[in-house]
Amino acid sequence: MGEIKLMKGNEALSEAMIRAGCDAYFGYPITPQSEVLEYLAREATNRTGMVILQAESEVAAINMIYGAAGCGKRVMTTSSSPGISLMQEGLSYIASAELPCVLANVNRGGPGLGTIQPAQGDYNQAVKGGGHGDYQLLVLAPCSVQEMVDFVKLGFELAEKYRGPVMILTDGAIGQMMEKVELFDQMPRKTDVPDWATTGRKKGQDRTYITSLFIEPEVMEKVNLKLQAKYKQMRETEVRYQTLNLDDAEYIFTGYGLGARICMKAMEIGREKGYKIGMIRPITLFPFPVDLYASIAPKVKAILDVELNAGQMVQDVILSTMGKTRVEFYGRMGGIIPEPEEILEYFEKQIIGGAK
Amino acid sequence: MTEEIIFAGFGGQGVLSMGQMLAYAGMIENKEVCWMPSYGPEMRGGTANCITIISDKMISSPIISRFDTAVALNQPSVDKFESRVKPGGTIIYDSTNILTPPTRTDITIYAVPGSEEANNLKNLKVLNMIILGAFVQARKTVEPATVMKALTSVLPERYHHLLPINQKAFEVGMSHIHN
Repeated sequence: MGEIKLMKGNEALSEAMIRAGCDAYFGYPITPQSEVLEYLAREATNRTGMVILQAESEVAAINMIYGAAGCGKRVMTTSSSPGISLMQEGLSYIASAELPCVLANVNRGGPGLGTIQPAQGDYNQAVKGGGHGDYQLLVLAPCSVQEMVDFVKLGFELAEKYRGPVMILTDGAIGQMMEKVELFDQMPRKTDVPDWATTGRKKGQDRTYITSLFIEPEVMEKVNLKLQAKYKQMRETEVRYQTLNLDDAEYIFTGYGLGARICMKAMEIGREKGYKIGMIRPITLFPFPVDLYASIAPKVKAILDVELNAGQMVQDVILSTMGKTRVEFYGRMGGIIPEPEEILEYFEKQIIGGAK
Repeated sequence: MTEEIIFAGFGGQGVLSMGQMLAYAGMIENKEVCWMPSYGPEMRGGTANCITIISDKMISSPIISRFDTAVALNQPSVDKFESRVKPGGTIIYDSTNILTPPTRTDITIYAVPGSEEANNLKNLKVLNMIILGAFVQARKTVEPATVMKALTSVLPERYHHLLPINQKAFEVGMSHIHN
């Protein structure tokens, strides 16, 4: 058993970064994730020699990630919504150049500069591609401080397996709250670099070259086909989710991250009142658990999707269920967090009371 | 057993550390714990609160609106959270500071003259330990000894000379609850 600690989500994420043998972190402070840079500045370099650099902006940070990842280093950055928006161009380049890296978005309320309170308004940006071109991020959505730790390690594994950017999509509440976590043991820093890394031409070898510029359409299409083949493989092998009480479920509550935690409480209160409610929590938002929703849809009377936004993941739920069940949505926006009781109230009014 | 608690008061009264200490103690006793602070502008001088949940089983939502116990260190906190205590629940409040006490009859109400006792101890900063002592005695969520163990772990060593006064404050708080 690993070391047990009481930690804030942001601190746990940072500690996991150090323990995963991350070589460098480039970032720019923004609430509600400023603890990441603070924690790393205090802890990281002395312990593993990891490079911690506060960039002059998020645009610079993501391009430092691009450069360091191109040298075959294990690198990560974090930010919150407005900062993540600034990184979108870089992410598109990194996806095109096929470089592994992990980034975390500690989502706050938007649009615009918005508010520092937790929100989930960046689902579409993370899952549907906030930058230009046909690329995908592999998106992991932690719902606990423990998963903030676990998904950093998993994120690096997946980023390196698929040679592409992985996003941890979390939010201000999970970043700020404290829970008990079990930490994995310190992993060594990587010493070998992949053969594609630009670390200088070795004798008798070709030059390594990293770019996202492919002027010839025929070449560009080939790059695209290769990316799409990777995304297909992710859809086939990397779908992750959690389910609760599906066996006797007549209704399903669904949500991701913090939204899912609140749904679980609403489900508990609902079950005490006699409603047979089950729960689906996607852990990978891309790839989305399409088959799970498709198979559960004909067996239940309705699915209630709850998010801290205007209804973004619900579009994927609707696509996955293909009209085989009723899909309802409840959400709050702008940093307001829905209470478990109000979710159940909506469920009773719209789904139980308003049954077709 | 699941205990859902809100600690609330002015920023600077040590409200967030109270909840954190309880969560830490719960962790030492191998319980599931969750601590959710209010953060943002209200942290800078206004009202501050945190939700602490201690449970034998997995904790679902870290953010809740009904509480088993509300611990209030100022008037706005009583006004805001009295109605959010579950029937049969508990309010513990600092009766030195709070002039309009809670009035509900379906909950247990403990008035603890925390600020007055802190004044007697000649250290106003131990108010939170006094009230935490009262909480632990009233609710028995964790063992009193575990809280002191938690404080010893959380407090940097250079402040360990403050442990005795905190221990004393904690015991004074406990002595105000007769259940």
